[in-house]
Amino acid sequence: MEILLFGIIGVVVLFSVIALNALILVYMERKVSAWMQSRLGPNRVGPFGLFQTTADIVKLILKENIRNDQSDKVIYFLAPILAFVAPFAAFVTVPIANTIGIRDLDMGAVYIFALGSSVIFSIIWAGYGSNSRYALIGAMRSAAQMVSYEVPMITAVLGVFLIAGSLSMREIVTMQANQTWFIVYQPLGFILFLIAGTAEANRAPFDLPEAESELVAGFHTEYTGLKFAFFFLGEYAAMLVSCCLIVLLFLGGWLVPFVDNSIIPAWIHITVFMIKVYLMIFLMMWFRWTFPRMRVDHLMGFGWKVLLPLAFINLVATGAVVLILK
Amino acid sequence: MSHDTQIKKEPSNLSSKQFRTDSPLIDQIPGRKRQILRESPESELKMEEFLLNVGPQHPSTHGVLRLVVALEGEVIKRCDPDLGYLHRTFEKISESRSYQQIVPFTDRMDYLGSMNANWGVAVAVEKLAKIEVPERAEYLRVIVSELNRIASHLMWMGAFGADIGAVTAFLYGFRERELILDMFEEICGSRLTYGYIRVGGVAEDITPKFDKLVREFLDILPAKLEDYHNLITGNPIFLERTRGVGAITLEEAISYGVTGPMLKACGMPWDLRKEEPYSVYPKFDFDIPVYYNGDCFDRFRVRMDEMVESAKIVIQALDGLPEGDYKVKKLARNIKPPVGDVYVRQEAPRGEYGVYMESDGSTKPNRVKYRTPSFSNLSILPLMTVGWKIADLVAILGSVDIVLGDVDR
Repeated sequence: MEILLFGIIGVVVLFSVIALNALILVYMERKVSAWMQSRLGPNRVGPFGLFQTTADIVKLILKENIRNDQSDKVIYFLAPILAFVAPFAAFVTVPIANTIGIRDLDMGAVYIFALGSSVIFSIIWAGYGSNSRYALIGAMRSAAQMVSYEVPMITAVLGVFLIAGSLSMREIVTMQANQTWFIVYQPLGFILFLIAGTAEANRAPFDLPEAESELVAGFHTEYTGLKFAFFFLGEYAAMLVSCCLIVLLFLGGWLVPFVDNSIIPAWIHITVFMIKVYLMIFLMMWFRWTFPRMRVDHLMGFGWKVLLPLAFINLVATGAVVLILK
Repeated sequence: MSHDTQIKKEPSNLSSKQFRTDSPLIDQIPGRKRQILRESPESELKMEEFLLNVGPQHPSTHGVLRLVVALEGEVIKRCDPDLGYLHRTFEKISESRSYQQIVPFTDRMDYLGSMNANWGVAVAVEKLAKIEVPERAEYLRVIVSELNRIASHLMWMGAFGADIGAVTAFLYGFRERELILDMFEEICGSRLTYGYIRVGGVAEDITPKFDKLVREFLDILPAKLEDYHNLITGNPIFLERTRGVGAITLEEAISYGVTGPMLKACGMPWDLRKEEPYSVYPKFDFDIPVYYNGDCFDRFRVRMDEMVESAKIVIQALDGLPEGDYKVKKLARNIKPPVGDVYVRQEAPRGEYGVYMESDGSTKPNRVKYRTPSFSNLSILPLMTVGWKIADLVAILGSVDIVLGDVDR
């Protein structure tokens, strides 16, 4: 009973936190892109256009649901749900301060990576289920993209696990409190993971499954209304997960630098964590509005020929050093 | 006559009628494919072509161009352009209007290079009716058409950036183009369809404010171009996406009648401002940028360099602007040129723009034919795209710099 209650409260809290963050992120993306492109961005709805995203979501909810006549019903309906649920579920094991987090799993990292990868299923389902050629190409690309960046991403992050000796997110951060941030030990791993994490969140320059200029909207071409909103929010939730992971694994999570962290209250830890996450998100937005999109074969060549060998070098070097120091 | 050969240059096998009836791709619309499959039951695991219909409504066909693309995976096997969605019978309607009334139609053809489009028609009528244009008018024509070239290339740069995914470049291109539109608004009140260059001169004289705006713009242009080079040209992803992509040889380009920046990117410094100098161009000092690979990247570089050269021309013309009239003082309301025909060709932002006009002695032309650069340049698209990826299709199409109003007329 207690567990059930805890679970329900956890889901509600998690959902509101993530939905709120996704709303903020959409607004932030539009403002950041506007700032980089010498525009104003949303400025009509509410003060500074703050409620623009809310208005957009309301509009999307009210819109008619149009389904392609020959689409595969079940898959078509499941895809947007999974797109949002997977990153949402990944948050269960993301701690935002030393004692604050829904649940700390021993295999936390594996759990997050597994759920992060399952977003790909929703893209493939959406592409296959909606009976549209653009969507199908987007899905095809996504499948190809997954195998090319998922492998280097996991390989790059193995170095961190070797040093920390744990897969639990909380313990990894605790290790960073005792030693130093892992970005110092793993600069190469950090860069590789940042690149792969951008690809994981399907963000430009790796947004091939939805490449607007080529595939109209890629895998979600045929989606309207609330289902589109789910994809939209899911993309931002996925970006949030990626950035949380980067911060937890490499940037010391909620730790305040150069200070004894045991005496700092939790609310400062939470604030510091959010600041770090939002800085990483800003970096990803910066990527998106600066770089052209990569071509699918270049991305795969980049994944297999550049990222993967570097990740292996990083892993072997880290392993050797850890072994010697022991 | 040179104009005879010129008209023949357009590949006649690309008429839209032929595409509709003879094209194997357009016959195979998705609905019919199922029937084909049913006829051959043993073909359960047969590989088949993936036909993708790109356009007429698509984010990066730059208007209403329809491409039927046969894909194998992501690789393009064939690509058939299907034209005519923006056909507005400008050639025919030009034959039922008086000579002065033709000029505003041309604005709507190449709406990004309206000044040049106006100019060709104005010169054709002037040659037919033997009207002498004051020198000041010629200078003003050069100034506005070169500014229009810069505006067109800026817009192209932005659209090309957006095509390959660098959306920010799009806004930057528009930002600087806006300054040029402000200048045009100052002299003729319009921002898109100017009708500024008219038979016998230009519509209005320039104002001191125009002069100031132009000089200010030319002062900031080099710094802005530097910005673009930093943002786009040096970007490794951009280089990978454009270098070698959609490359054509000089022979292919010539045989398809490709002109303008696309031809210059293939290694031929063919520019009518130098080859067949018209107006007051011989008085100015400028270069023709040439690159030799014929790929998307070289087309990009040619256009970026052309902006610098155009800026040079504008400042020279502005400094050397002679006093005098800006249009012919007394021009008949209904021009009646003697019987005869004329072919005028000029270097528009997109390439060679030609106007053929035939007079039967009445107040209306007997026949008008526009040779528009976008149409001829687009004709090589099927050749350029074969073997490239679907993502390259967008980049290659973008690098052609078509204006659909100019293609379909």
